[in-house]
Amino acid sequence: MIRSTMAGTVVEVRVAPGDRVKEGQEVVILDSMKMQLPVPSPVAGAVKAVRVSAGDFVNEGDPLVELE
Amino acid sequence: MAPPPFRRLLVANRGEIALRVIRTSRRLGIEVASVHSEADAKARWVAEADASYLLGPPPAARSYLAVDAVLDAARRFGAQAVHPGYGFLSERASFARACEEANLVFVGPPPEALERSGSKTAAREAAREAGVAGVPGSIGTLRDLETARAEARRLGYPVLLKADAGGGGIGLEEVAEESALERAWNAATSRGKAYFGDGAVYLEKRLERARHVEVQLLADARGAVTALGERECSLQRRRQKVVEETPSVAVDAPLRSRLFAAARALARAIGYRNAGTVEFLLAPDGAFHFLEVNARLQVEHPVTEETTGLDLVEWQLRLAAGERLPFDETVPARGHSIEFRVYAEDPETFLPAPGPLTAVDLPRGEGVRCDFGFGAGDSMAPFYDPMIGKLIVSGPTREAALDRARRALADARIEGTKTNLPLLRRIASSEAFAAGDFAVDSLERSFAGSVRTP
Repeated sequence: MIRSTMAGTVVEVRVAPGDRVKEGQEVVILDSMKMQLPVPSPVAGAVKAVRVSAGDFVNEGDPLVELE
Repeated sequence: MAPPPFRRLLVANRGEIALRVIRTSRRLGIEVASVHSEADAKARWVAEADASYLLGPPPAARSYLAVDAVLDAARRFGAQAVHPGYGFLSERASFARACEEANLVFVGPPPEALERSGSKTAAREAAREAGVAGVPGSIGTLRDLETARAEARRLGYPVLLKADAGGGGIGLEEVAEESALERAWNAATSRGKAYFGDGAVYLEKRLERARHVEVQLLADARGAVTALGERECSLQRRRQKVVEETPSVAVDAPLRSRLFAAARALARAIGYRNAGTVEFLLAPDGAFHFLEVNARLQVEHPVTEETTGLDLVEWQLRLAAGERLPFDETVPARGHSIEFRVYAEDPETFLPAPGPLTAVDLPRGEGVRCDFGFGAGDSMAPFYDPMIGKLIVSGPTREAALDRARRALADARIEGTKTNLPLLRRIASSEAFAAGDFAVDSLERSFAGSVRTP
C-alpha cells in the first residue's frame, strides 16, 4: 500500500488499476500548504486499486494506491 | 485626527494580515468584519473582528477565493469597502470589478492597473515603454515549444520559463540546458493553467548572483506617486521570501534615486493607484532590471513602516477613500529594519509541516514587533500558506537591528509542529548575512545546509 506522506489535498492521480509502476515513480501529487508534493511508489509493482481521486483531502498515513 | 476614511470595512483574508488590517481599522475608528472558512472558525481574526462571516469549506477555491461569498459577507455587514490583504483575491481584476459593481470600494488599484500588472509580459512591455529595462527575455508570451527553444538559444542558458499570470514561484521553471526545456515547458504551461487559468509562458535569462530589491510606492487618484524606500528581499526559498530588510546594503544614494525614479515612472505609466511595489533584480555590476509589479500590500510592508513611521494599511484606506498624498517624491526614512518570516516547515528540506501549535512564546522588547496570525492552541491547516507570522526587528543601524534580531530569535519558542526558527537563527548569526554578502540563490545554496535543531 502506498500511503500519504503528509496531510493535504490530492491534486492529481497519475496511475489507474492495472498499470505497472516502477520504484520511485510518482503515483499521486498532493498539495500541502500550497506546495506540490509528489508521492513516489516505494517499490515496483502493479496497481490493484486507487483509493483517492483529485480533490480528496487525506491525512498523513492514509492509503492512496494499493499495489498487487 | 482626520475622520475615518470608512465607517465599515470587510477584510477578505486570513492569518496575520487579517489581524493587521483589524488593528489599524480599530485605531482609525472603523468597524471591521472578517471572513473565515470552516477550518478557521476558531481563528484569532474571527474573535478579534466586530463580526465574522463563514465563506465555505476549507479549500480556498470554495472559501477565501469565492467571490460571491465574500461580496455577500460585505453586504450583510454593510461594509463600504473591502480590504483584500495579499494573495487570495488581492490582485484579481475581476474581483475589483465585482466590488465596484456591488458599490463597494476595493482597497487597491483600479481593475485596469491590476490587469496591466497581472500579466507579466504586459507589465514588462509597459516598463519598456516607460524607459525601464526588464530582465533580458522574450518579448511577449511564447507561441510554442519551438519558439521557446529558439528564444532560449538567443538568450543563452540558464533561463527561467515563467507563467505569464504566475506568482509566488508557482509556474516558474529554471532550465539549465536545452534538453530540460520540453519538460519545463509542460510543467510551466500546465501549472499556469491549473493555478491561474492561463497557460501562457515567457522566458527570462537567469541573472547570476543577482539580488532582489523592490521599491514601495503609494499613489493617489491625481497620479501623484511617492516612493517610501527600498526593500532587499534576496533570501528566498522556492522563490518565496524568507528575510527582508530596509535599507538594502547593496543600494547607495545615487542607485536609490535611480530605482525610485524607475519605479515611479512605471507606476505612472500603468495608471497605478494605492499601495504597490515594483520589484527589480540588481546585478552585481549595479545594473537593475524590472521584474514585476506587486499590485497590493506586501507581506514585508512592516520594515518600511518601521523606518518611515507610516502605517501603510492606514494609507491604503485613506487613498481608497480618495485622499491625496501629502508627501513629496519620497519620504525621509530612519534606521534599519529586518523581517523574518516564521513558517511551519522543516528548516532543512523546506517541506511543509501542518499541525497544531501547542506553545507560541514571542519575544518582546525595544525594536521588536511580532505580527502573528496564529498562537498556542491554533492549528496550521494544510489548505493554506505555511506562514505563522513575522518577527520584525528595528534599530538605529543594521548592526543594532541584527543584534536585536539574534536575541529575539533566541527568545522565540514555538512548539507542536516544525518551524524554520532554527534556520532563521542560523541566518541571523551568519557572517555572510552580517556582511550583507548574499544573492537570490544564497538561501537554498548555502544557508540551508546543516541546520542544527537547538
